[in-house]
Amino acid sequence: MDSSNITDETTGNNNSVNNNKNGRSESKVSKLKVEELYKIFGDHPEKAFEMMEQGYSKEEILEKSRQTIGVNGVSLEVEAGETFVLMGLSGSGKSTLLRCLNRLIDPTKGQVLIDSDNVLDMNQEQLRELRRKKLGMVFQRFGLFPHKTVLDNVAYGLEVQGIEQSERRESAAKVLDVVGLKGWGDSYPAKLSGGMQQRVGLARALASDPDILLMDEPFSALDPLIRKEMQDELLSLQAKLNKTIVFVTHDLDESLKVGDRIALMKDGVIVQTGTAEEILTNPANDYVEKFVEDVDISRIRTAEGVMKTPSATITPKDGPRLALRRMREQGISSIFVISKDRKLEGMLTAEDALSAADNNKDSITDIIIKDIPKVAQDTPLNELIPIIAESKYPAVVTDENNVLRGIIVRGAVLAGMVKGDNE
Amino acid sequence: MPVIPKIPIGDLIETIVEWATSNLSIIFDALSVIIDFLVSALVSSIMFFHPLVAIIISLILVWFIANKKTAIGTALGLLLAYNLQLWAPSVETFSLVISATLLALLVGIPLGILSARSDVIHQIVMPIMDFMQTMPPFVYLIPAVFFFGVGNVPGLIATIIFAMPPAIRLTGLGIRQVPEELVEAADAFGSTPGQKLVKVQLPVALPTIMAGVNQVIMLSLSMVVISAMIGAGGLGAIVLRGIQRLDVGMGFEGGLAIVITAMILDRITQSITERRKAKI
Repeated sequence: MDSSNITDETTGNNNSVNNNKNGRSESKVSKLKVEELYKIFGDHPEKAFEMMEQGYSKEEILEKSRQTIGVNGVSLEVEAGETFVLMGLSGSGKSTLLRCLNRLIDPTKGQVLIDSDNVLDMNQEQLRELRRKKLGMVFQRFGLFPHKTVLDNVAYGLEVQGIEQSERRESAAKVLDVVGLKGWGDSYPAKLSGGMQQRVGLARALASDPDILLMDEPFSALDPLIRKEMQDELLSLQAKLNKTIVFVTHDLDESLKVGDRIALMKDGVIVQTGTAEEILTNPANDYVEKFVEDVDISRIRTAEGVMKTPSATITPKDGPRLALRRMREQGISSIFVISKDRKLEGMLTAEDALSAADNNKDSITDIIIKDIPKVAQDTPLNELIPIIAESKYPAVVTDENNVLRGIIVRGAVLAGMVKGDNE
Repeated sequence: MPVIPKIPIGDLIETIVEWATSNLSIIFDALSVIIDFLVSALVSSIMFFHPLVAIIISLILVWFIANKKTAIGTALGLLLAYNLQLWAPSVETFSLVISATLLALLVGIPLGILSARSDVIHQIVMPIMDFMQTMPPFVYLIPAVFFFGVGNVPGLIATIIFAMPPAIRLTGLGIRQVPEELVEAADAFGSTPGQKLVKVQLPVALPTIMAGVNQVIMLSLSMVVISAMIGAGGLGAIVLRGIQRLDVGMGFEGGLAIVITAMILDRITQSITERRKAKI
């Protein structure tokens, strides 16, 4: 246990979604892998399997064999540092699936691999060790121990590991500080508001510095305003801690906000897995489409999703005549200027290039317009619209190194607002 | 003329009791010694002090465990018992009740824990408890005399059997009522079954368990008079003597001292629970 690395980092307001997404594209390590996982509730799961093979529905199986299918052949992979959301309505099996991951519910069949160790093969001792060291869990109704102080609640995971009282309390106090509850350690949970109680729940899950956080509808029991605050808090914490999070929710907005990827569940099956944008723009079936139909898509789709590769570019060393010819070939009235390593230098309009050519100038460096609208790849469409509206020129998408990634024209933004348009 | 012969349940029980008396006497003797020692140790340690000193000590003790009000009430009640010249039988009754309660809890709480953990044990224990609670307590006195002779010990055994069910029932209930999420939380953070029990289930169930303890004490007190019929001492013997001599005054005084003892023990156990509630 080393909680010092949690606390030593400074509190900064950084854009965590950004960080996560970058983190994901860099490392393709699967921290958690679930393969063909089934959970049948009942005395005779084999009957249910048999009937499933014969193609009976969940309801028919329940009626005829009294076996309930909780999780039905789920496979998924969660990468290290990723926030993976399990979303679905009540009864969709999302909470059951979550509990299969740490075996609060024992799956009937399949595999759960954490760091390539099969959780289902573990004996009680190994399972306890896994739960103590690698898994933290946050509960919907907080699950705080009413007879323990806030500090001792946070220290519980360390307590069962046999860490001495003074030491575990010291660690717990640090984590309490991280979740913004400094000074509340001696209170009892019942004295705290719902939001504060869930901060305690979060601190308890973080106290033993686990790699993976399992969060079961952690914010569903909170008021809308507090819920939003907690979501923001989670994002900024996650930006610092970079845990692997499996997050269960029935709230679509919440899953779009916190999730790097989302798995939509229905009747124990994962209907679709993907980023928020993928699910919104390309729903796998009618069910997903209905689920997402009320979402304000302009908040979800990003510049990256609607940008186009510029049809032509020039470098600062090119002359105005070459620029003019490129523009004429492509039928455009302005062209972006990029350096050899594709860094954005600026933009050149056809008019300026023409007058430079008329004046027999060989260089375009004087007429490059540097002040052009630039946006990041993950800028949502609703933020793009005013930028595009105010500018005469296309907006340009650059990454953090000022490398040109694409351009955005007005028509593309409007097209992006239409759902189901995957182009 | 009866067509179906009478099922010889009574004969069967007699046979079992006779067999147990002649074959299990070592166990009964050992139990006898332990219980006798427990009761007389309690009695003699309280009687070691002058009654007024003992009353002052109890005033301080109760003040410390419970609260001021209970402490003052306790002192006044004990003074009254002392004044009525019922100090010695009161101490004996108190010792009997405490011993019976301790032993009933010693058996009852683990049984309650087991019945909360296993549905099978729960199914077995429940009807036995119904039996124990509804069987008229006088009936226990007969085999108790067979096994343990007359005196405090058989009275105490009968008391334990009669008073134990609430301990089992309410411990089991308390543990079963611990919210599912708390049990899951205990598991999710890697508790062993023992840690889960001691650190989460029992503490959370404590108010319910304490209600059981309270009931055990009250039932024990009600058995005190009855077990006087087989020679148990204390206030029960005073009341019994009052009945036998048709001495209303003596019977009432003895009864009043029992009420005082009951109220003191009841208030102390209740205020322990309340104090904990106020804290949380």
